[in-house]
Amino acid sequence: MGLTRKDLLEIRSLEPGEIQTILDTAVSMKEIASREIKKVPALRGKTVVNLFLEPSTRTRTSFEIAGKWLSADVVNVSGSSSSVVKGETLIDTARNIEAMSPDCVVIRHAASGAAHMLARVLRCSVVNAGDGMHEHPTQALLDLLTIREKRGHLDGLSVAIVGDIAHSRVARSNIAGMRKMGMSVTVAGPPTLIPPGVEELGVKVARRLEDALRDVDVIMMLRLQQERMTANYIPSLREYSRLYGLSLEKLRGARDDVLIMHPGPVNRGIEMAPEVADGPYSVILEQVANGVAVRMAILYLLIGAKGTEA
Amino acid sequence: MDLLIRNGRVVDPANGLDAAGDVLVQAGRIARVGPGLEAPKGTETVDAGGRVVAPGFIDIHVHLREPGQEYKETIASGTRAAAAGGFAAVACMANTQPVNDTRAVTDYILAEARARGVVRVYPIGAVTRGLAGRELAELGELAEAGCVAYSDDGRPVVNSALLRRALEYAQAFGRPIISHAEDVALSEGGVMHEGFVSTDLGLRGIPAAAEEIMVARDVALAELTGTPIHIAHVSTAAAVRLLRDAKARGVPVTGEVTPHHMLLTDEALRAYDANAKMAPPLRSKRDVEACREALADGTLDAIATDHAPHALTDKEVELDHAANGIVGLETAVALCLTHLVRERVLDLPTLIARLTVGPARVLGLPGGSLAPGAPGDVTVLDLAREHVIEPARFRSKARNTPFGGHACVGAPWLTVVGGRVVMRDGAVPGDSGP
Repeated sequence: MGLTRKDLLEIRSLEPGEIQTILDTAVSMKEIASREIKKVPALRGKTVVNLFLEPSTRTRTSFEIAGKWLSADVVNVSGSSSSVVKGETLIDTARNIEAMSPDCVVIRHAASGAAHMLARVLRCSVVNAGDGMHEHPTQALLDLLTIREKRGHLDGLSVAIVGDIAHSRVARSNIAGMRKMGMSVTVAGPPTLIPPGVEELGVKVARRLEDALRDVDVIMMLRLQQERMTANYIPSLREYSRLYGLSLEKLRGARDDVLIMHPGPVNRGIEMAPEVADGPYSVILEQVANGVAVRMAILYLLIGAKGTEA
Repeated sequence: MDLLIRNGRVVDPANGLDAAGDVLVQAGRIARVGPGLEAPKGTETVDAGGRVVAPGFIDIHVHLREPGQEYKETIASGTRAAAAGGFAAVACMANTQPVNDTRAVTDYILAEARARGVVRVYPIGAVTRGLAGRELAELGELAEAGCVAYSDDGRPVVNSALLRRALEYAQAFGRPIISHAEDVALSEGGVMHEGFVSTDLGLRGIPAAAEEIMVARDVALAELTGTPIHIAHVSTAAAVRLLRDAKARGVPVTGEVTPHHMLLTDEALRAYDANAKMAPPLRSKRDVEACREALADGTLDAIATDHAPHALTDKEVELDHAANGIVGLETAVALCLTHLVRERVLDLPTLIARLTVGPARVLGLPGGSLAPGAPGDVTVLDLAREHVIEPARFRSKARNTPFGGHACVGAPWLTVVGGRVVMRDGAVPGDSGP
């Protein structure tokens, strides 16, 4: 077992079989979370550097816990994405970290393509923890794991992804992963936040939120960055919330067993009413729990499983 | 300087010539063109061996970076790159540090070109002081100092009233204005062409409309004022359409296109390679085809490289932070011979026209012709030479090109400026080592 690739940079270049392998491995990792002593020696003596050059709490914590439960030495480096501010280029930063012989660098960066750039330079494994508006592959994998757990399968399911598609790496990774796993995807949001040519990714575009929500198995709400308002993508948060926020009323048109997901952090009252976020269909906290399992699986498959039968 | 180039296929589109013959340069000027020419004893003679002998190529859009950014390029290195690439003359943009918006800077550029330059250098002055788009530069004094045109290249003159005044005022000096056509509000934050590829890559896009809008405005102002506007680095089908229509109506507009906008599309960004990042961005296949067609039919008058040297540190960073542009002087001719002529987008005389008489007319430059009395500038092409583009061997200080490793057929073989050979079979005077 194991992935034959050096890096996990994006969902789009994974084979469906690789996605299955990651999800299956994550399932076995979940059991560790239920133990009294949450630690296995799989990555003992391995070093994982979390290079987070964009603010993140959830994803960084999730990677840190994942590494630690597998007994890796985890080092967190945080800073600013702007090489101008830092006075050191990303490549220099990477080479300096590499000189300390890590086995894996997990990178979060505000610029699309930053993880690819790092992977070209580094001999160690690189995991993309979110690059600009491009991809957030571990988020998509934890979303797929959550859906598979709840529904028992992925093939044939339908999903609505709602909100700021244009600026969302979560949307791009999920669209790629869901299409690969045989799911159908509809995106909805203000037309200003639907990127050009998105249909070529294999998705349908719904003009009205209500049309997108009808009959889908999963509703995935995206976080609305507040700065979208100042750039005139939307006139006001108030109107956004009214037209594209998920309220109990809008949910009435959806299926009884629909799953409601959100990559977090939730703007309560903007993209999602509190009673929806906390309601019975919401699997938001399961997503977070699955995040640790998926990241354990990825670290294990990339840097742990090679050469040794663990 | 005197020079006899014998035994060539002489292609001189300005004079409708494509025939076997010789070219004689005397006292730095074209003396005669024809078969079996005799030169006075002792005249240096080059046997072209049947190669194509053309007027010296002219690149009307380069960035020599000096003064101010000598770590990227200097007048010495940039003109050696030009000679190596078959260009006998270049026009250099005003976005130096300090900006070429005063006589002192123009004087410096010309003095440096005389002292250390290898090919002819024609400075382009700024339209507005500091390229800030607020007040006119002293266009008269810039013309007196030797500027051949005006441009705030790198940025557009956003204020239409100011550009109108610049166009009117420039009439007194007979110099055109070169427009970098970009609606900066529409392009803000963009790093590539807007379309499916930008969506797929999660990169901010620059819509084709950002160029179209400004070209439409520029055409309107050229028509209003009667002053020629030259549109730099045309990249979209829409801009081509506007220029074609404007020219048909007699509006004094011209256009240029870069080799890369005719050879690469936005797909080149897929590897997040900063050497595929430029302004205007690499566009769609449809735009590329429109640019090629427009070059062939004359809607676009000139090929210009927009030679934009950058140091590794400017490019080896995240795409969002990378500098715009690529070097072009040492790749343009080979790429055009390989992909435009061999692939029959246009014929050889047309290509040569867009590198000689076309650009010369756009900026009103001497040269671009082998007529007796014209500057003794000659470019000889070896159409059969197979080679691979090797950035490590560039005379330019910069290596930023997406064409490294690209196989080409055809190359410049000889560059002559005023009767003096400045490149022969790849060797430029002053080269150290092979």
